[in-house]
Amino acid sequence: MSFKPQHELHQRRFGRNMGVGLSLAGFVVLVLALTIVKVTSDDFKLPKIQTLEQN
Amino acid sequence: MTRSQKTNGPKMSDASLHASTLREDEASFGDYFALLKPRVMSLVVFTALVGLLAAPVAVHPVIGFCAILFIAIGGGASGALNMWWDADIDKVMKRTKGRPIPAGKVEAGEALSLGLALSGMSVVMLALATNLLAGAFLAFTIFFYVVVYTMWLKRATPQNIVIGGAAGAFPPVIGWIAATGTMSVEPWLMFALTFVWTPPHFWALALFMRNDYDDAGVPMLTVTHGRRATRVHILVYTILLAILAVGTAFSGVGGPVYLAVSLVLNALFLHGAWKIWRRDEDDSEADNFKVERSFFKLSLLYLFLHFGAILTEALLKPFGLGGW
Repeated sequence: MSFKPQHELHQRRFGRNMGVGLSLAGFVVLVLALTIVKVTSDDFKLPKIQTLEQN
Repeated sequence: MTRSQKTNGPKMSDASLHASTLREDEASFGDYFALLKPRVMSLVVFTALVGLLAAPVAVHPVIGFCAILFIAIGGGASGALNMWWDADIDKVMKRTKGRPIPAGKVEAGEALSLGLALSGMSVVMLALATNLLAGAFLAFTIFFYVVVYTMWLKRATPQNIVIGGAAGAFPPVIGWIAATGTMSVEPWLMFALTFVWTPPHFWALALFMRNDYDDAGVPMLTVTHGRRATRVHILVYTILLAILAVGTAFSGVGGPVYLAVSLVLNALFLHGAWKIWRRDEDDSEADNFKVERSFFKLSLLYLFLHFGAILTEALLKPFGLGGW
Protein backbone atom coordinates (compact mmCIF):
# COMPACT_ATOMS: atom_id res chain seq x y z
CA MET A 1 0.00 0.00 0.00
CA SER A 2 1.37 3.36 -0.96
CA PHE A 3 0.47 6.90 0.02
CA LYS A 4 -1.66 8.77 -2.51
CA PRO A 5 0.03 11.91 -3.80
CA GLN A 6 -1.33 15.04 -2.18
CA HIS A 7 -4.12 16.49 -4.22
CA GLU A 8 -3.45 19.81 -5.92
CA LEU A 9 -6.33 21.36 -3.96
CA HIS A 10 -4.47 20.90 -0.67
CA GLN A 11 -1.26 22.24 -2.16
CA ARG A 12 -3.06 25.29 -3.46
CA ARG A 13 -4.80 25.93 -0.16
CA PHE A 14 -1.69 25.30 1.90
CA GLY A 15 -1.05 29.00 2.51
CA ARG A 16 -4.63 29.67 3.54
CA ASN A 17 -4.77 26.63 5.83
CA MET A 18 -1.43 27.50 7.36
CA GLY A 19 -2.64 31.06 8.01
CA VAL A 20 -5.83 29.85 9.71
CA GLY A 21 -3.87 27.28 11.72
CA LEU A 22 -1.31 29.79 12.94
CA SER A 23 -4.06 32.31 13.79
CA LEU A 24 -5.90 29.72 15.88
CA ALA A 25 -2.69 28.59 17.58
CA GLY A 26 -1.87 32.23 18.36
CA PHE A 27 -5.35 32.72 19.80
CA VAL A 28 -4.94 29.69 22.07
CA VAL A 29 -1.57 30.98 23.32
CA LEU A 30 -3.09 34.42 23.90
CA VAL A 31 -6.01 33.03 25.93
CA LEU A 32 -3.58 30.97 27.98
CA ALA A 33 -1.34 33.97 28.65
CA LEU A 34 -4.36 36.11 29.53
CA THR A 35 -5.65 33.45 31.94
CA ILE A 36 -2.29 33.20 33.69
CA VAL A 37 -2.08 37.00 34.04
CA LYS A 38 -5.65 37.21 35.37
CA VAL A 39 -5.42 34.42 37.95
CA THR A 40 -2.01 35.52 39.25
CA SER A 41 -2.97 39.19 39.68
CA ASP A 42 -3.56 40.58 43.17
CA ASP A 43 -7.14 41.49 42.27
CA PHE A 44 -8.12 37.93 41.44
CA LYS A 45 -10.85 36.44 43.62
CA LEU A 46 -12.62 33.12 43.27
CA PRO A 47 -16.33 33.41 42.45
CA LYS A 48 -18.54 33.37 45.59
CA ILE A 49 -20.11 29.93 44.95
CA GLN A 50 -16.74 28.22 44.80
CA THR A 51 -15.57 30.05 47.91
CA LEU A 52 -18.62 28.82 49.87
CA GLU A 53 -18.07 25.23 48.72
CA GLN A 54 -14.48 25.35 49.89
CA ASN A 55 -15.59 26.62 53.32
CA MET B 1 -13.30 17.42 -18.32
CA THR B 2 -12.59 19.17 -15.04
CA ARG B 3 -9.12 19.75 -13.65
CA SER B 4 -9.66 17.07 -11.02
CA GLN B 5 -10.56 14.46 -13.66
CA LYS B 6 -7.44 15.31 -15.62
CA THR B 7 -5.39 14.79 -12.50
CA ASN B 8 -7.00 11.66 -11.08
CA GLY B 9 -8.68 9.99 -14.07
CA PRO B 10 -12.39 9.64 -14.77
CA LYS B 11 -13.25 7.47 -11.75
CA MET B 12 -14.99 9.01 -8.77
CA SER B 13 -12.43 10.30 -6.34
CA ASP B 14 -12.27 12.43 -3.24
CA ALA B 15 -11.09 15.32 -5.33
CA SER B 16 -13.89 15.08 -7.89
CA LEU B 17 -16.43 15.54 -5.11
CA HIS B 18 -14.91 18.94 -4.56
CA ALA B 19 -14.59 19.80 -8.24
CA SER B 20 -17.07 22.66 -7.89
CA THR B 21 -14.84 24.31 -5.33
CA LEU B 22 -11.81 24.44 -7.63
CA ARG B 23 -11.13 27.95 -8.79
CA GLU B 24 -8.12 29.46 -10.45
CA ASP B 25 -8.68 32.79 -8.70
CA GLU B 26 -9.11 31.17 -5.31
CA ALA B 27 -8.72 33.47 -2.35
CA SER B 28 -5.52 33.35 -0.35
CA PHE B 29 -5.20 34.07 3.36
CA GLY B 30 -4.09 37.57 2.37
CA ASP B 31 -7.38 38.18 0.54
CA TYR B 32 -9.35 37.42 3.70
CA PHE B 33 -6.97 39.62 5.65
CA ALA B 34 -7.55 42.41 3.10
CA LEU B 35 -11.27 42.29 4.03
CA LEU B 36 -10.25 43.69 7.40
CA LYS B 37 -8.91 46.89 5.79
CA PRO B 38 -5.37 46.65 7.20
CA ARG B 39 -4.51 50.29 6.51
CA VAL B 40 -7.55 51.54 8.43
CA MET B 41 -6.74 48.96 11.09
CA SER B 42 -3.26 50.45 11.53
CA LEU B 43 -4.86 53.82 12.40
CA VAL B 44 -7.23 52.06 14.81
CA VAL B 45 -4.31 50.24 16.47
CA PHE B 46 -2.26 53.38 16.83
CA THR B 47 -5.01 55.65 18.22
CA ALA B 48 -6.29 52.93 20.56
CA LEU B 49 -2.74 52.37 21.81
CA VAL B 50 -2.36 56.08 22.49
CA GLY B 51 -5.68 56.08 24.38
CA LEU B 52 -4.55 53.09 26.43
CA LEU B 53 -1.09 54.48 27.25
CA ALA B 54 -2.24 58.05 27.88
CA ALA B 55 -4.67 56.81 30.54
CA PRO B 56 -3.46 57.47 34.09
CA VAL B 57 -3.58 53.74 34.98
CA ALA B 58 -0.82 51.19 34.42
CA VAL B 59 -1.96 48.19 32.41
CA HIS B 60 -0.30 44.77 32.41
CA PRO B 61 1.48 44.37 29.04
CA VAL B 62 -0.40 41.15 28.17
CA ILE B 63 -3.77 42.74 28.95
CA GLY B 64 -2.76 45.87 27.03
CA PHE B 65 -1.70 43.76 24.05
CA CYS B 66 -4.98 41.82 24.14
CA ALA B 67 -6.98 45.05 24.39
CA ILE B 68 -5.31 46.56 21.32
CA LEU B 69 -5.53 43.30 19.37
CA PHE B 70 -9.25 42.85 20.01
CA ILE B 71 -10.00 46.51 19.26
CA ALA B 72 -8.08 46.04 15.99
CA ILE B 73 -9.98 42.82 15.17
CA GLY B 74 -13.27 44.57 15.97
CA GLY B 75 -12.29 47.41 13.63
CA GLY B 76 -11.28 44.88 10.97
CA ALA B 77 -14.56 43.00 11.37
CA SER B 78 -16.52 46.17 10.75
CA GLY B 79 -14.36 46.68 7.63
CA ALA B 80 -15.36 43.22 6.36
CA LEU B 81 -19.04 43.97 7.01
CA ASN B 82 -18.62 47.28 5.20
CA MET B 83 -17.16 45.46 2.17
CA TRP B 84 -20.02 42.95 2.24
CA TRP B 85 -22.66 45.70 2.17
CA ASP B 86 -20.81 47.97 -0.28
CA ALA B 87 -19.76 45.28 -2.77
CA ASP B 88 -22.01 46.82 -5.44
CA ILE B 89 -20.46 50.28 -5.29
CA ASP B 90 -16.92 49.02 -4.63
CA LYS B 91 -16.83 47.45 -8.09
CA VAL B 92 -17.74 50.80 -9.68
CA MET B 93 -15.13 52.93 -7.92
CA LYS B 94 -11.54 52.92 -9.19
CA ARG B 95 -10.19 53.21 -5.64
CA THR B 96 -12.05 50.13 -4.40
CA LYS B 97 -12.53 47.79 -7.35
CA GLY B 98 -9.38 45.85 -6.48
CA ARG B 99 -10.87 44.81 -3.10
CA PRO B 100 -11.34 41.05 -2.64
CA ILE B 101 -15.11 40.95 -3.33
CA PRO B 102 -15.25 43.08 -6.52
CA ALA B 103 -12.04 41.34 -7.70
CA GLY B 104 -13.93 38.02 -7.49
CA LYS B 105 -11.59 36.48 -4.93
CA VAL B 106 -14.02 36.31 -2.03
CA GLU B 107 -17.80 35.87 -1.99
CA ALA B 108 -19.84 38.62 -0.32
CA GLY B 109 -21.37 36.01 2.00
CA GLU B 110 -17.92 34.97 3.17
CA ALA B 111 -17.16 38.57 4.12
CA LEU B 112 -20.46 38.70 6.05
CA SER B 113 -19.64 35.49 7.94
CA LEU B 114 -16.10 36.58 8.71
CA GLY B 115 -17.25 40.03 9.82
CA LEU B 116 -19.97 38.69 12.12
CA ALA B 117 -17.73 36.00 13.63
CA LEU B 118 -14.85 38.40 14.30
CA SER B 119 -17.23 41.07 15.66
CA GLY B 120 -18.66 38.68 18.23
CA MET B 121 -15.27 37.25 19.15
CA SER B 122 -13.57 40.63 19.53
CA VAL B 123 -16.33 42.14 21.69
CA VAL B 124 -16.52 39.14 24.03
CA MET B 125 -12.74 38.82 24.30
CA LEU B 126 -12.22 42.55 24.93
CA ALA B 127 -14.86 42.48 27.68
CA LEU B 128 -13.20 39.42 29.27
CA ALA B 129 -9.66 40.77 28.92
CA THR B 130 -10.42 44.28 30.22
CA ASN B 131 -13.92 45.29 31.30
CA LEU B 132 -17.57 45.24 30.19
CA LEU B 133 -17.68 48.95 29.38
CA ALA B 134 -14.82 48.62 26.88
CA GLY B 135 -16.53 45.62 25.25
CA ALA B 136 -19.82 47.53 25.07
CA PHE B 137 -18.09 50.51 23.45
CA LEU B 138 -16.43 48.26 20.87
CA ALA B 139 -19.82 46.68 20.08
CA PHE B 140 -21.34 50.14 19.69
CA THR B 141 -18.48 51.25 17.42
CA ILE B 142 -18.99 48.25 15.12
CA PHE B 143 -22.76 48.89 15.10
CA PHE B 144 -22.20 52.57 14.37
CA TYR B 145 -19.80 51.96 11.48
CA VAL B 146 -21.76 49.12 9.88
CA VAL B 147 -25.39 50.06 10.48
CA VAL B 148 -25.43 53.83 11.04
CA TYR B 149 -22.68 54.80 8.58
CA THR B 150 -22.44 52.04 5.94
CA MET B 151 -26.07 50.94 5.70
CA TRP B 152 -27.83 54.19 6.47
CA LEU B 153 -25.92 57.44 6.12
CA LYS B 154 -23.37 56.70 3.40
CA ARG B 155 -25.91 56.56 0.59
CA ALA B 156 -28.47 58.89 2.14
CA THR B 157 -26.81 62.17 3.04
CA PRO B 158 -23.81 64.30 2.12
CA GLN B 159 -23.15 64.52 5.86
CA ASN B 160 -22.20 60.80 5.71
CA ILE B 161 -18.54 61.52 6.33
CA VAL B 162 -19.22 63.99 9.15
CA ILE B 163 -21.39 61.66 11.25
CA GLY B 164 -19.72 58.45 10.08
CA GLY B 165 -16.37 59.84 11.16
CA ALA B 166 -17.42 59.11 14.74
CA ALA B 167 -16.87 55.40 14.15
CA GLY B 168 -13.21 55.94 13.33
CA ALA B 169 -12.84 58.26 16.31
CA PHE B 170 -13.89 55.76 18.99
CA PRO B 171 -10.69 53.62 19.27
CA PRO B 172 -8.76 55.98 21.62
CA VAL B 173 -11.86 56.15 23.83
CA ILE B 174 -12.05 52.35 23.92
CA GLY B 175 -8.32 52.15 24.66
CA TRP B 176 -8.71 54.59 27.56
CA ILE B 177 -11.75 52.73 28.96
CA ALA B 178 -9.92 49.40 28.59
CA ALA B 179 -7.22 50.81 30.89
CA THR B 180 -9.34 52.71 33.40
CA GLY B 181 -12.83 51.18 33.27
CA THR B 182 -14.23 54.72 33.41
CA MET B 183 -14.67 57.76 31.18
CA SER B 184 -13.29 61.27 31.47
CA VAL B 185 -12.79 64.35 29.32
CA GLU B 186 -9.39 63.45 27.84
CA PRO B 187 -10.41 60.48 25.66
CA TRP B 188 -13.29 62.53 24.31
CA LEU B 189 -10.82 65.22 23.25
CA MET B 190 -8.94 62.53 21.32
CA PHE B 191 -12.28 61.42 19.90
CA ALA B 192 -13.07 64.99 18.84
CA LEU B 193 -9.66 65.36 17.20
CA THR B 194 -10.28 62.40 14.87
CA PHE B 195 -13.95 63.26 14.44
CA VAL B 196 -13.32 66.83 13.20
CA TRP B 197 -10.26 65.73 11.20
CA THR B 198 -12.21 63.13 9.17
CA PRO B 199 -14.36 65.45 6.98
CA PRO B 200 -11.56 67.62 5.51
CA HIS B 201 -9.46 64.46 5.03
CA PHE B 202 -12.16 62.72 2.98
CA TRP B 203 -13.41 65.81 1.18
CA ALA B 204 -9.88 66.47 -0.10
CA LEU B 205 -9.87 62.88 -1.38
CA ALA B 206 -13.27 63.41 -2.99
CA LEU B 207 -11.95 66.50 -4.81
CA PHE B 208 -9.22 64.62 -6.66
CA MET B 209 -10.97 61.22 -6.95
CA ARG B 210 -13.72 63.15 -8.64
CA ASN B 211 -15.45 60.54 -10.79
CA ASP B 212 -15.39 57.73 -8.26
CA TYR B 213 -18.17 58.95 -5.98
CA ASP B 214 -20.18 60.35 -8.90
CA ASP B 215 -20.15 56.99 -10.70
CA ALA B 216 -21.10 55.08 -7.55
CA GLY B 217 -23.93 57.49 -6.72
CA VAL B 218 -22.60 58.13 -3.23
CA PRO B 219 -23.90 61.56 -2.16
CA MET B 220 -20.57 63.09 -1.29
CA LEU B 221 -20.55 66.82 -0.71
CA THR B 222 -18.76 67.28 -4.04
CA VAL B 223 -21.75 65.67 -5.80
CA THR B 224 -24.66 67.18 -3.87
CA HIS B 225 -23.46 70.69 -3.06
CA GLY B 226 -20.74 71.17 -5.65
CA ARG B 227 -17.01 71.43 -5.52
CA ARG B 228 -16.94 75.12 -4.50
CA ALA B 229 -19.02 74.33 -1.38
CA THR B 230 -16.68 71.42 -0.60
CA ARG B 231 -13.68 73.76 -0.65
CA VAL B 232 -15.47 76.12 1.76
CA HIS B 233 -16.38 73.21 4.04
CA ILE B 234 -12.76 72.02 4.11
CA LEU B 235 -11.60 75.46 5.25
CA VAL B 236 -14.31 75.81 7.93
CA TYR B 237 -13.67 72.35 9.37
CA THR B 238 -9.91 72.94 9.33
CA ILE B 239 -10.35 76.15 11.35
CA LEU B 240 -12.53 74.29 13.88
CA LEU B 241 -9.98 71.48 13.97
CA ALA B 242 -7.11 73.88 14.63
CA ILE B 243 -8.93 75.43 17.61
CA LEU B 244 -9.71 72.01 19.02
CA ALA B 245 -6.26 70.52 18.38
CA VAL B 246 -4.34 73.41 19.92
CA GLY B 247 -6.82 73.60 22.81
CA THR B 248 -6.15 69.94 23.60
CA ALA B 249 -2.56 70.95 24.43
CA PHE B 250 -3.85 72.42 27.71
CA SER B 251 -5.73 69.29 28.79
CA GLY B 252 -4.50 66.30 30.80
CA VAL B 253 -3.11 64.58 27.69
CA GLY B 254 -1.35 67.69 26.36
CA GLY B 255 1.92 69.39 27.24
CA PRO B 256 4.73 71.46 25.71
CA VAL B 257 5.75 68.79 23.16
CA TYR B 258 2.16 68.41 22.00
CA LEU B 259 1.68 72.18 21.86
CA ALA B 260 4.77 72.68 19.68
CA VAL B 261 3.81 69.85 17.31
CA SER B 262 0.21 71.03 17.14
CA LEU B 263 1.09 74.65 16.40
CA VAL B 264 3.34 73.68 13.48
CA LEU B 265 0.93 71.11 12.03
CA ASN B 266 -2.13 73.34 12.32
CA ALA B 267 -0.31 76.23 10.67
CA LEU B 268 0.56 73.92 7.74
CA PHE B 269 -2.94 72.42 7.63
CA LEU B 270 -4.64 75.81 7.71
CA HIS B 271 -2.35 77.03 4.96
CA GLY B 272 -3.27 73.98 2.84
CA ALA B 273 -7.00 74.46 3.46
CA TRP B 274 -6.72 78.14 2.61
CA LYS B 275 -4.98 77.28 -0.68
CA ILE B 276 -7.72 74.75 -1.51
CA TRP B 277 -10.37 77.38 -0.75
CA ARG B 278 -8.70 79.97 -3.00
CA ARG B 279 -8.46 77.66 -6.01
CA ASP B 280 -11.04 76.94 -8.63
CA GLU B 281 -11.44 73.85 -10.80
CA ASP B 282 -9.33 75.23 -13.62
CA ASP B 283 -6.38 75.79 -11.27
CA SER B 284 -6.75 72.29 -9.87
CA GLU B 285 -7.01 70.57 -13.21
CA ALA B 286 -4.01 72.51 -14.52
CA ASP B 287 -1.70 70.84 -12.00
CA ASN B 288 -3.73 67.60 -11.55
CA PHE B 289 -4.97 68.56 -8.08
CA LYS B 290 -1.49 68.98 -6.66
CA VAL B 291 -2.61 71.10 -3.70
CA GLU B 292 -5.54 68.80 -2.86
CA ARG B 293 -3.31 65.74 -3.04
CA SER B 294 -0.65 67.25 -0.80
CA PHE B 295 -3.35 68.37 1.67
CA PHE B 296 -4.62 64.78 1.77
CA LYS B 297 -1.10 63.44 2.42
CA LEU B 298 -0.53 66.08 5.08
CA SER B 299 -3.81 65.09 6.75
CA LEU B 300 -2.46 61.55 7.30
CA LEU B 301 0.70 62.93 8.86
CA TYR B 302 -1.34 65.45 10.85
CA LEU B 303 -3.33 62.84 12.74
CA PHE B 304 -0.38 60.49 13.20
CA LEU B 305 1.83 63.22 14.66
CA HIS B 306 -0.87 64.62 16.96
CA PHE B 307 -1.45 61.21 18.49
CA GLY B 308 2.31 60.63 18.47
CA ALA B 309 2.71 63.82 20.52
CA ILE B 310 0.06 62.68 23.02
CA LEU B 311 1.92 59.38 23.29
CA THR B 312 5.23 61.20 23.82
CA GLU B 313 3.72 63.26 26.65
CA ALA B 314 2.41 60.06 28.26
CA LEU B 315 5.75 58.27 27.94
CA LEU B 316 7.63 61.27 29.41
CA LYS B 317 5.41 61.47 32.50
CA PRO B 318 7.16 58.66 34.44
CA PHE B 319 10.35 60.74 34.13
CA GLY B 320 8.61 63.84 35.46
CA LEU B 321 8.73 65.54 32.06
CA GLY B 322 5.39 65.07 30.26
CA GLY B 323 2.39 67.37 30.69
CA TRP B 324 2.32 70.80 32.31
